[in-house]
Amino acid sequence: MSSILILEQSLNGLQFGLMLFLLAAGLTLVFGIMDMINLAHGSLYMLGAFFAATLVQATGSFFLGVLLAIAATALAGMLLEVSLLRTLYQRDHLSQVLATFALILILNEAVRLVWGSDAALSMPAALSGPVELVPGLMYPSYRLVIIAVGLAVAVLLFLLVTKTRMGMLVRAGASNREMALAMGVNIRGLFTAVFGVGAALCALAGAMLGPLLAVQVGMGENILILAFVVIVIGGIGSIRGALVGSLVVGIVDTIGRAFLPLLFGAFLPPQFASAAGPAIASVSIYLLMAVVLYFRPQGLFPARG
Amino acid sequence: MSKKFLVVIAAAALALNAQAADRIKVGFISTLSGPSAALGVDIRDGFQLAVKMNGGKLGGVPAEVLVGDDQFKPDVGRQLAERYVRLEKVNFLTGIVFSNILLAAAPMAWDNKIIYVSPNAAPSPLAGKQCNPYFFVASWPNDAYHEAAGKHATDKGYKSAYLIAPNYQAGKDSLAGFKRFYKGRVAAEVYTQLGQLDYAAELAQVRAAKPDALYIFLPGGMGINFIKQFVAAGMSKDIPLIVPGFGDDQDILRPVGEATLGLFDSAHWALDFDNAANRKFVAAFEKEFNRLPSVFAAQGYDTALLIDGAVRDVKGKVEDVQAVRKAMKAAHFESVRGAFKFNRNQMPIQNYYLRVVGKDSQGRLVNKTIGTIFKDRGDAYVQDCPMK
Amino acid sequence: MKTGIAQIVAAVALLAAYPLVMSAFDNLFYVSFASRVLIYAIAATSLNLVLGYGGMISFGHAAFVGTGAYVASILVAEGVTSAWIGWPAAVALSALAALVIGAVSLRTRGVYFIMITLAFAQMMFYLVTSMKAYGGDEGLSLPARAELGFGLDLGNEVTFYYVVLALLLAALYALHRMNHARFGRAVVAIRENESRAEAIGLPVYRTKLACFVIAGAVGGLAGALLASHGKYVNPNVLHWIQSGTLMIMVIIGGVGRLWGGVIGAAVLLLLEHLIAEYPIGWLASLAPNYQQHAGLGVGLVLLAIVLFAPQGIAGLFSRRARAS
Repeated sequence: MSSILILEQSLNGLQFGLMLFLLAAGLTLVFGIMDMINLAHGSLYMLGAFFAATLVQATGSFFLGVLLAIAATALAGMLLEVSLLRTLYQRDHLSQVLATFALILILNEAVRLVWGSDAALSMPAALSGPVELVPGLMYPSYRLVIIAVGLAVAVLLFLLVTKTRMGMLVRAGASNREMALAMGVNIRGLFTAVFGVGAALCALAGAMLGPLLAVQVGMGENILILAFVVIVIGGIGSIRGALVGSLVVGIVDTIGRAFLPLLFGAFLPPQFASAAGPAIASVSIYLLMAVVLYFRPQGLFPARG
Repeated sequence: MSKKFLVVIAAAALALNAQAADRIKVGFISTLSGPSAALGVDIRDGFQLAVKMNGGKLGGVPAEVLVGDDQFKPDVGRQLAERYVRLEKVNFLTGIVFSNILLAAAPMAWDNKIIYVSPNAAPSPLAGKQCNPYFFVASWPNDAYHEAAGKHATDKGYKSAYLIAPNYQAGKDSLAGFKRFYKGRVAAEVYTQLGQLDYAAELAQVRAAKPDALYIFLPGGMGINFIKQFVAAGMSKDIPLIVPGFGDDQDILRPVGEATLGLFDSAHWALDFDNAANRKFVAAFEKEFNRLPSVFAAQGYDTALLIDGAVRDVKGKVEDVQAVRKAMKAAHFESVRGAFKFNRNQMPIQNYYLRVVGKDSQGRLVNKTIGTIFKDRGDAYVQDCPMK
Repeated sequence: MKTGIAQIVAAVALLAAYPLVMSAFDNLFYVSFASRVLIYAIAATSLNLVLGYGGMISFGHAAFVGTGAYVASILVAEGVTSAWIGWPAAVALSALAALVIGAVSLRTRGVYFIMITLAFAQMMFYLVTSMKAYGGDEGLSLPARAELGFGLDLGNEVTFYYVVLALLLAALYALHRMNHARFGRAVVAIRENESRAEAIGLPVYRTKLACFVIAGAVGGLAGALLASHGKYVNPNVLHWIQSGTLMIMVIIGGVGRLWGGVIGAAVLLLLEHLIAEYPIGWLASLAPNYQQHAGLGVGLVLLAIVLFAPQGIAGLFSRRARAS
């Protein structure tokens, strides 16, 4: 196994993990601060991708289209929060699960009505070629951009949470909501803002991954579950936990998809070797989540004291 | 209250059981949504074009085609099949693109003695041991294009080949078919997840293996994504890519674009076939749908004509299913591929050709026929089929 | 919902007469469809036990239905076609799975419980998907339905329907008896106030686990019936979206009500079928493709129920509040 291969696969894992982080960050904030399970978080990711498909087409510029899509999704998210999700904060978790599950169904069909069941989104022509990172490794430049954007957002979020006033309120709300309320924090406005930021992050992930995957109805469901796994492992309400969790999931997934099949190929027929790797990766991720839930349910980096 | 209730129930029972009049009913189930929708849409359009050109009839009898979307999900396909066969009582079932959906849904037809005509998938178990008298194939046996591609790779002198296919029956068939006629060394045989769209991990592996050629069977959206990512990773210059004909037909050429120029593939049909039926088909399809037909559309068209010929032979008496079967086996119709005949497992025996992607007179990307790989090829499983 | 004996007898009589009426019209499709509804009714009722009565929000119930389905299918695929072996095996293995998953999950609380049940269900989903020997994600087609012997041919739609109906009624009766037994009252007491129940000496963990296991076992039975009915099983039966669908049925039908699972399954499946099959003229002129978008209606109904009628449809009919 060459070092080039290891480097390339590591970059792939990093790319996957960082995109997952974008979703997990928003989810963990919403869950941590508003104590709400939002299953429709994946639908915001889908919405971002569909908006991007239309807006990139309309403006002719990938960059501008994605930016507008982020704004549109953030707006849609905040509207959703103000009109509907607000009423769920006081309800029990089951009601939240069911209501947001209903939202998934509604949003899936709404998107299908407006756009059809899928949309085309291509990467910008300037980024559709490779870049020679090290001699022998031509890595797709688009994926490098994704990694760069993911890292930049991580840094920005850290700065936002630790250095700004809003970030301070978010941390206060996450660690002790009642106290924050008692201290007179404008909780409603804060909640809406947090939800909007979460939606924006989802849209960024959806728009960036659109050219690599497929923009289709239902694309949010699979990644949503992974995002939940990430925030459970990382710790609900913690951005740092979301980052660590995402990278862990990214590494495990890469090992499972890239390296395990090679290992199994030595003694299993190819069809089984190819199937076993991803299966073990997936099972391990959920096993890890179950273990964390059992021994340290508050996660690796709990936000609450 | 209870009396009114009973009346309502009786009325509902009557309404649910209202039957239809004298015509041919065809149940058409296909993948009409999702990344691979282009395939199902093409087959459907080809099929419906043939019916339209026949004045809305099949075999001289007015035809009603019920179209359903399996959404690339075997259980949805199966439920649609149950509805069409049991509730709508169709005379024929057809349309499915993917082998996994076919294997889940088609048994509903032949278990109820309804003929299923495949415009696409024809998995190897159904060619051999599990061949079924109610299963007819208008396209090709699953392995065929891959066998032809394997022979082409051998002829071209590629010493090593890296193979990729999705992990399902047709994927297994594809690489088995390729290996059957490829005499070089198989560098690796990798199965990806059906419907997978991100191939970063696999591409890294291919790059590390440095094979002489890369053979992929990735139909529909999978292929579009793979080829785009293959080009984006800078590998298209170093490693020759070979695909089966459905890996680079119109549904992939259009979205991927010029990166496909010069790609070699194998197929049973191409746009430039010079026979009367094909010329008529291509011209009519382009006029009706404003796009060039793919091999899938050609298959859908042929399927309709096959059914048309059989119904005509039995003079519209489709209730006698055994007579219809006999008529279908005789295959009295003008296929766009030229001559058409069935093997005794009810899959076609036909030629397979080498094609290359180039531009037509209007600058559009098309596949051009440049040679014949196999003449009158059947399949490798027919000897296990007990049918006569 | 307090139903009198007369109404129950009427309902059962109607259910019993139904397949005879349908086969008189030579419409076996609707007999088969009804069997499917009844099977989902069993599955939803089993979830109702753990969710409605037990108050445990298990988001991984599809794992047990799926386990039952796969156990039954694998046995048939390997040549063991007797339902007397296949179905009890499905129930036993689902119960075992529920025991293991429950034992671990019930050590957690609240939202963590929801998440961990989901995690286990997904694990099973991926495990099953990787079993290429049994079809992987292509699924497994079975040559025939299981065999019951005694001259009963389960391939006959009407016979199969009656067998399923009998099992559903047995399950409902068992649930009804359980409600009035000490175990049932303990389950409800724990749901209402766990610390108080513990204080008065109820074995909380054991009771919850027992409830969880019974629900898993009955879910497994539903799975076995489902696999037999369709003669086909694929990993989607274990997917978390399926768990969600079962939850929707319970919510629509009425959480914690005896007939909640039945009503919910019937309403959901019937609604989906009717929307797809029978176009409503005026609605079609407003939105021509509305039949393809049945999910929208389901989502809106579910949302409305969660927001405005948390007791479900069965709750809407009840004038009396649930006994607490």
